[in-house]
This record gives sequence, structure tokens and C-alpha cells, in this order.
Amino acid sequence: MKQLTALQQQGRRSNSFRNASSPLDATVDGAIKSPATIFWLILHGLCCLISLVLGFRFSRLVFFLLFSTSSSPSATNIYSALQTTLPSSGAASPPERNVSAAAGGSRVVVGRHGILIRPWPHPDPAEVMKAHGIIERVQTEQRSQYGVKNPRTVIAITPTYVRTFQTPHLTGVMHSLMNVPYDLIWIVVEAGGATNETSSLIAKSGLKNIHIGFGGKMPFLWEDRHKLESRMRLHALRIVREKRLDGIVMFADDSNMHSLELFDEIQNVKWVGAVSVGILVGGSEETELTIVQTDDIGKDEKKSQVPVQGPACNSSNHLVGWHTFNTLPFVERSARYIGDRAFVLPRKLEWAGFVLNSRLVWEDTEDKPVWVKEWEEVGRDDEDVESPLSLVKDTSVVEPLGSCGRKVLLWWLRVEARADSKFPARWIIDPPLEITVPAKRTPWPDAPPELPSSAEKVIIMPENTEKRPTKSGSRKKRSSRSKRKRSAKVLDEHVSARHTGDN
Amino acid sequence: MTKDFGADLVGPRSAFKFHRTQPTERISGSAGDVLEDDPVGRLKVFVYELPSKYNKKILQKDPRCLTHMFAAEIYMHRFLLSSPVRTLNPEEADWFYTPVYTTCDLTPNGLPLPFKSPRMMRSAIQLISSNWPYWNRTEGADHFFIEEKAIDRGILPLLQRATLVQTFGQRNHVCLKDGSVIIPPYAPPQKMQAHLIPPSTPRSIFVYFRGLFYDVGNDPEGGYYARGARASVWENFKDNPLFDISTEHPTTYYEDMQRAVFCLCPLGWAPWSPRLVEAVIFGCIPVIIADDIVLPFADAIPWEDIGVFVAEKDVPKLDTILTSIPINEILRKQRLLANPSMKQAMLFPQPAQSRDAFHQILNGLARKLPHDKNVYLNPGEKILNWTAGPVGDLKPW
Repeated sequence: MKQLTALQQQGRRSNSFRNASSPLDATVDGAIKSPATIFWLILHGLCCLISLVLGFRFSRLVFFLLFSTSSSPSATNIYSALQTTLPSSGAASPPERNVSAAAGGSRVVVGRHGILIRPWPHPDPAEVMKAHGIIERVQTEQRSQYGVKNPRTVIAITPTYVRTFQTPHLTGVMHSLMNVPYDLIWIVVEAGGATNETSSLIAKSGLKNIHIGFGGKMPFLWEDRHKLESRMRLHALRIVREKRLDGIVMFADDSNMHSLELFDEIQNVKWVGAVSVGILVGGSEETELTIVQTDDIGKDEKKSQVPVQGPACNSSNHLVGWHTFNTLPFVERSARYIGDRAFVLPRKLEWAGFVLNSRLVWEDTEDKPVWVKEWEEVGRDDEDVESPLSLVKDTSVVEPLGSCGRKVLLWWLRVEARADSKFPARWIIDPPLEITVPAKRTPWPDAPPELPSSAEKVIIMPENTEKRPTKSGSRKKRSSRSKRKRSAKVLDEHVSARHTGDN
Repeated sequence: MTKDFGADLVGPRSAFKFHRTQPTERISGSAGDVLEDDPVGRLKVFVYELPSKYNKKILQKDPRCLTHMFAAEIYMHRFLLSSPVRTLNPEEADWFYTPVYTTCDLTPNGLPLPFKSPRMMRSAIQLISSNWPYWNRTEGADHFFIEEKAIDRGILPLLQRATLVQTFGQRNHVCLKDGSVIIPPYAPPQKMQAHLIPPSTPRSIFVYFRGLFYDVGNDPEGGYYARGARASVWENFKDNPLFDISTEHPTTYYEDMQRAVFCLCPLGWAPWSPRLVEAVIFGCIPVIIADDIVLPFADAIPWEDIGVFVAEKDVPKLDTILTSIPINEILRKQRLLANPSMKQAMLFPQPAQSRDAFHQILNGLARKLPHDKNVYLNPGEKILNWTAGPVGDLKPW
């Protein structure tokens, strides 16, 4: 049908052209060339040349201007003719009308139509915003229909303490939790007591949070730190028990990274679930991380390196064991104390890889399963609770999540600055820093003021700084491995030391 | 229209796995809740046995006919042959069907040529009128034909009294006959099924369209193709980030439609296109830009409630129109589109399933029953003019 109408239209077009030139033919047939014919010939040739140059039918424009009708197609054509230089401008010479007379005339005219273009064919920002609002709403609706049916509250437990890297770490966790589409309660346990520093940070999230202090200062050695963190988490579980918080408990360590899929996946847990955790232990030449199947005690099968901790399933998706690390070969090279340059190793199975139904730690609920230990037994006598598996008597009841551990939904990382590194409180610089390197054009002061040099290592440009302008402040010293610790950017509240070449 | 949450409209062994957990709304057209009617028992159809040169041989010559937009005529024939509405006794039949594959005449590109179909149809009618008495009894008023595409010169005069089942729907056009049953164009159900994506995939495209804006081969300057509407869409919205429109042929076309909120269905050379069917199947709200279009099964499906109609002169304001639709309207349209009976009514699955397009055609024919008494002519009375029409049509086929 397309081709038929095309053929017809071509026929019509050629017809009209022939009509236009027929007076010409008629006169050319005659042997006499009157001035009129010559004039028409020249005009015709001129029009042809112009058409060739412009690329469209110039004659149409001429006819339009000369014999403009007041029919609506031509009205719209004026509109488009003014706006665009496309060859679509110019109404046809007689627009062909193919109205079916039988039906008493339709609104629709077959024939050449103009292409309607508004004066400013660009997006309107208000409408773009409205469209995004619509998309947002549609997606919320989709989520409510195809997503989780009865979403439960997520209870996130984060042990933390005030140190240089607290702000970046905690901000990361905070932003992840702010994006969780479910109700959330954030329990922040702080070593050494609750401080204003931390509470001002977490208040920015707008999340419902419980901020409690616990115990003394965070210890210096990683080993001890791990133990204290476990006790802090148990303390948080105690809170869950006392307040009878209902939901799903997950452990969001402040330096870990969580994907949003994790929060969707843990909604599926019934009692105790395990997810696969990616272990980020910083690139080193020798990190040969092996999978050890701990089913058979003493039998180590070293397979290819996969830096993941999590549940292992058989082909029928039942839990049969665990992927862990064999960290023994690396222990000598691993970090001992916080701020050590070496990499930090995880424990066998990190807390972060487990989720619990909060009712497991409640007292006096009837439908607690039989395999859960009594609360009083756990963590008794300050024994180290390495992972939530200590809460259950039989580890085979753990549900593997994330398509049976095949999806890694969060990543474990421990990066800290040196324990004695200092940073401005709440990262607000007050009083203003002393200028160590002035701006390029400022004349160098003749006598540098006497500055007490602090014990910190501060690397500053030793040479004449006029030639090499840098930002005021000290330069960071980067270690060669990106994921390793960086020496903290030291910004003293006092003044930074400066060495000049002059002295 | 009441909201029927989790309405479990029983569709047995549906080859299309529709996701029933979504709350849907019942579809009520002007004829009522007729999408779920079962035509069996409401009408009887007699199928004429025509020599195979009218149907089977044509199909053998060009098997592409089975997959193009007008393939419905072939599938309808097969469906009727084995359907319970078929009767072998013509005396008790309400409707008579003549299986002629008139659209199966394709160019090398796959576009149908309309040239031979009037003669083919005429020859078929001559055959049935001479071999059976039923045509002359009513001059064809109780016969129906699947007359898929338009013959520009208008309906064959011989079909004046017959009912046409057509894909073509444009009001006030010579090719649209009053009382025709308009059906959707054929879209391959298996292919669409194979490209379904999980419904939880968030819809992130606002407006989606793939297709031509200028038909460079036939109408290089623009203005004829789509009455300038498609070109207008391009010129106004080509740099608008909300509009994902282009002429590409991506392999993820079906998947993209499922990620879009609105799908444009502008007219091309004809007002309708398979895009409407695809939009309905994939849950994308169709934005119909075609003045005077008549949509399929218009008395059974409330298209006004399901799609968005934009006049061709309003195309420059398309973004304003679409963003100013209240969000509740949009969600309601999506609920209506999610109704499985809506999607089923647009499809021609093989083998036929309940409430699919075949059944809707029969429902439409059943709604026209009983025939008016005066269609039965007295013997000897003649209304049709057998020699009307261009001379070329009178040549035997």
C-alpha cells in the first residue's frame, strides 16, 4: 500500500509539473519564438538552477507566494516555513485532496502537510522534573507489586569509635543505609562512650538511630580490636532484646561497603541467614587466597583464589559448608596494630556476613526454634564470640542467601590511619590554618615566624616555592599500594611545622 | 469499574505467562465486560470449501505470509477449521466464511501488493454464489471476509453487504466499511514471549519509539508520510532526554518497551501498526497519534481509558501533555494494561487459546446476531451490481 500511494503521488507530482510547463511546450511547438517564450524559457531555466542549488522545488514556493490559499494546510505550512530551512517548507501548489465525498468530508486531509515545530523545540526543565516524578512513582508502584511483599524493619548494628577514618567510613555506611527502601533502625555502638562527634555525624542521616557507648577506648592491636567489636555487637543485641525490636538484624561495620541488593535479599531470611562477603585485602603480590572446605577438619584443599567468605551449597541448593580464608600463611605479614602498613586480615567468618531474625534474641517468645542457644549462654564469661554462629547450636540451620552464596552482596575492608594521627574535630578547620605556602604572587615574608614544630611528620616543599605553587597545607604521602593505609593528612589545630630552605 | 486485586481471570494453560500478582482492573468496553465471553454456543460458522488455488497454493508460493502483519487471515482460517463454532451443516449456520488469502501477494521486501486482490475476491464470490445458494439468499449479508489491507479505490462493490473483518481502521475512509470488525495486526506471540523480562525491572524510560520519521524512499521531503506527524515528533523532541526515539533497529526492542512508561504509536502510511499490540503486551501505555483511527475491538475495549490520544496538531506539545497526566491516571492505565485478558485479546496464538483475538472476532460477530429479517431477499431480487468497479477488476482470476 505504501508503494501504491507513493506511485500515485509521484504521478500527481509529475502531473502538476507537467501542467506548469505545458504552456511552455505549447509555445515551443510553434516555430515562432516570441519574446514571451524566450522570457519564460529563461525564467524556467533560472528556476531550475535555483532549485538545483537549494535542493527543493523552488517553483512551489513561488506558486505558494503568488497564489496563497487560505486553507488550513497552507496555514500550518507558513508556520513551518518560517521556522525551518528544511525542504519541507513551502506549501504545495494545489494540495491534493482525496477526501472521500461519500462520508461527508473528513477532518483528515490526504496530501502534503506541514511539519509542525514549536518555536523552542527543547526540553522544558519543569516538565523534565515532572516526568522524573512520574517515573519515580511508577517505580515505587512496581516495587510494591513485584518486590518484597511484607518488608520487615532492618536493624543495622555498627560498632565504631572516633578516629581519623571514622568520618569517611561512617559516611559511606550512612549513605547506604539512607538509600534502603525499608524501615531502618541504626544501632551505633561507640567504643569509649558516646561522643558528640559521632552523634553529630549520624544525626545528619535522618535515620532512626540508637547511639550507645560501650566499654573503654578501642585497643591498639587488631586482635584485641576484633574482640572488642564482637562484644560491642553483643551489647547491641542486648539492646535489641531489651527493647524487643522487631526486624532483621544485620551487621554493618563502618568500613564495609554494602550493595542495595543486600537489603532486598535479607528480607527473605527466616531465622539465620548467611551471605557471601567479598574480602578486600589490598593488592599484594603474594595474596594467594585459598578456599578451604571446613567440612572435613584437617583436610585442606587449596583451590584457586577467591576472596570471598560465605556459605557453600551443593547442587540442590542446600548448605553443605563454608568458604573461608586460610589466613595462616599470611599471618606473619598481616597487620598487628591499627595503623600498621600491612594489610588487615579478616577472621574466619565475619559477623558482617550474617543476618538474624531479631526474635532469636528475645526472651520469652514461644516460637523460637529449638536450635537457638539461650541468651545467657552466649558471651558468658567474656569468651570471644567470633561470629553469630555461636548463637546457634547447630550450624546447618543457617539459610544461604543471595542465590545460595553465589552473589557477593557486600565487601569487607579494614583501613585505618595511624593510631596517633590527628584530625580536626568534625573536620572543621578552626582556627584557620597557618599558611605554609603562600599564593604565587604574594611576596615571601622576609623572616618566617617562629613556629613550634610538632612531632608529626609533615612533608613540605623544601625549595623556593615561587616556582612551584602548591596548595597550602601539607602534602599527602601516598603509599605505593592504593588500598593500603595512607598516612593521614595531618592538620593540626595548631600550626604545622615548616622547613624552609633559608634556615 | 471495580478494582479487582489479584483478579484471577481463569486462563487455562496460558502459553503467555502473565504475572498475576499485580492488581489489575476489569476491562469494560461500551459493550460491557465482553472480553471474557465465550463465543462457543453463541454462533455457528460454515466454512466454504474453496479450491486450494485460493488459499493453500498461495501460501505455498510465499511462506512469508505467515509472519507478516496481515497473517491473521491465514491463522483465522486454520482456527475456524477446528473450532467448535464450525458447523458442517450450512442450514444452521449464522455466518459463512470464505477463505481467500488476498493479502498473500508480497513484494521482495515483504510489503503487500493490493493489485490482484479485487479479482481474486471477485472470482471467489462468483464461485460460491454459483455452487451454493447461500450467497444469493442474502447477497452476502451473512457472510464475512477477512479483508486485511486497504484497497485504495474502496471496498469491492460485491462486498457491500458482507461484513469485513479488517485491520484497517480509519474513520471516514473509503476502505472502512460500517459495521466491520476491526482486529489488531498480527504480531508473533512466540517472539514476544521470548523477550519478556522480569516485571520488577524498573521502568526508567519515559517515552520510547523506534521507527522511521521520514520515509526517505517514498517521501523524501516529508509532509506526506504520516501527515508530517512523525517528522514533527522528531524535530521537536530529538534532543529531549525524556524521549528515547530513533530510527535504529535494536535487538533489545522488546526489552526496551518493557522498560518504558509510554510508547509512541504514531500513524505511518496507515493509521495503525503492530506497535499498538506490542505496547499492550509489554505494559507500555500507548500514545496514539492518529486522527480518526478506529482501534481494534473498539466496542469491547475502552481504548480511551487505556491509551493516551494525542491529536496530530498537538504533537509539538506532546511533552506537556504527557507530563501533565495525573499520576493516578497513569497507574490506572498500567493496571488496565496488566490485565491478562487485555493482552490475550490482542494476540493470535497458535494453537488458539481462550479469549484471544480469534475468540474476540467471533464475539464481535456474535454481537451482530441475530441478522435483521430484511437481509433475506426474496428469490429473484438482486441488489448487488456485478459489473460495477474498474474494468480491470472484471477480468477473471
